[in-house]
Amino acid sequence: MQWKPLAAACLLSAMAIPACASEFSVEIEIPALNVAEYHRPYVAVWIETDKGRHQQDLALWYDLALQDNEGTKWLKDLRLWWRRSGRQLEFPVDGLSGATRPVGVHQLTFKADSPQLKALPAGDYRLVVEAAREVGGREVIRLPFSWPTDAPGQISRQGKHELGRVALQLTP
Amino acid sequence: MNIKRLGACTLLALGIGVATTAQAHRAWMLPSATVLSGDNAWVTVDGAVSNSLFYFEHHPLSLERLEILSPSGEPVEAQNPARGRYRSMFDIELKEEGTYTLQMYRQGAFARYKQAGEFKRWSGPVEQLDQIPVAAEDVRVSEIDSRMQVFVTKGAPSAHNFTPTGQGIELVPITHPNDLVTGEPVRFKFLLDGQPAAGLPLVLIRDGIRYRDQVGEIELTADTNGQVEVTFTEPGMYWLEAELEQPSRLIEGAQRRLGYSATLEVLPL
Repeated sequence: MQWKPLAAACLLSAMAIPACASEFSVEIEIPALNVAEYHRPYVAVWIETDKGRHQQDLALWYDLALQDNEGTKWLKDLRLWWRRSGRQLEFPVDGLSGATRPVGVHQLTFKADSPQLKALPAGDYRLVVEAAREVGGREVIRLPFSWPTDAPGQISRQGKHELGRVALQLTP
Repeated sequence: MNIKRLGACTLLALGIGVATTAQAHRAWMLPSATVLSGDNAWVTVDGAVSNSLFYFEHHPLSLERLEILSPSGEPVEAQNPARGRYRSMFDIELKEEGTYTLQMYRQGAFARYKQAGEFKRWSGPVEQLDQIPVAAEDVRVSEIDSRMQVFVTKGAPSAHNFTPTGQGIELVPITHPNDLVTGEPVRFKFLLDGQPAAGLPLVLIRDGIRYRDQVGEIELTADTNGQVEVTFTEPGMYWLEAELEQPSRLIEGAQRRLGYSATLEVLPL
């Protein structure tokens, strides 16, 4: 029963102020793993061009509360992100860094006029999600999309090891 | 209803598992070679405590308990011992033919407690547990029995040092640990206090974790005779670990935490 008012509200807002409502929403599932020693994964989320060039960091989840900034010691284990972006940054980065997340589905939502998206030129891109876990493995998932979007769209992919389902929803 | 109850039990078991699992870093020794020939044979050995195998990234291994036995069972002194920021090292000259055993064995009690608001650790022989101050609060004691071994052979492998002591977890070769090659089944027997360690869970992890995305642990369980069999497809240095918990017979109400680890080399054939 709940979807009806929700759908109606979306429709309404979409009709009223289309530009402002444009939204980029990422769902990242951290899977439950049956391992002897579990640590929450480090996760980096960013946008790259369809040629694979780094375009825009969106989120970084790591042990940012450890003493002496010690959690940064393992950032290099996000190997792809570290090479593309991380090694040029100084930590913590405002508006990017967050704590590691527990098992479950986590959502990141960015408006078209957010600092992350407002300067994104029109073009073809890929959303990249990379996860690396202490005493565990590493996994990268890429989801292609075009920006800006004129029709609602969703794309998702299922991770196999360190990530569960990763989904990108675009709302014009 | 049954399913629900089972679910709750599983959750409970998981919760306990998480609570008791220490942030266990791996302690290991890494020999420069395990199969040697010639008149002037030396090995150099690194020792470290780390997450990833075999990388020096956390802490050097303390060499205090290091014991080296020659193939005939004579104690051998480590040469050129040194302790760096992330690793310890030492050399051994292999004068005898046969298999050298490098080991660290620790048996005793370990305690954590709080005193005047500060967390403290204590370790020592079980009979000295009374050294823990009377004023200590939140005292948590466990009995520890852990063994770490490395085997190195000059010439033909020998078996003199594999006579079980009857204490803790021990490896008894069926396949000699310096005779491991890809494609051939490897069999070991494990003992717990001298008896077959039936059901003992074991993990094998190949070196070079940094260069692959998945750790790819090989998980084994000892059969009713304490035996395991594995056929390696990839050559390399492997870290073997077994862990077990049981009620302590020496310290009332405490758990006895047993561990065994070894670094094994599998050569390609």
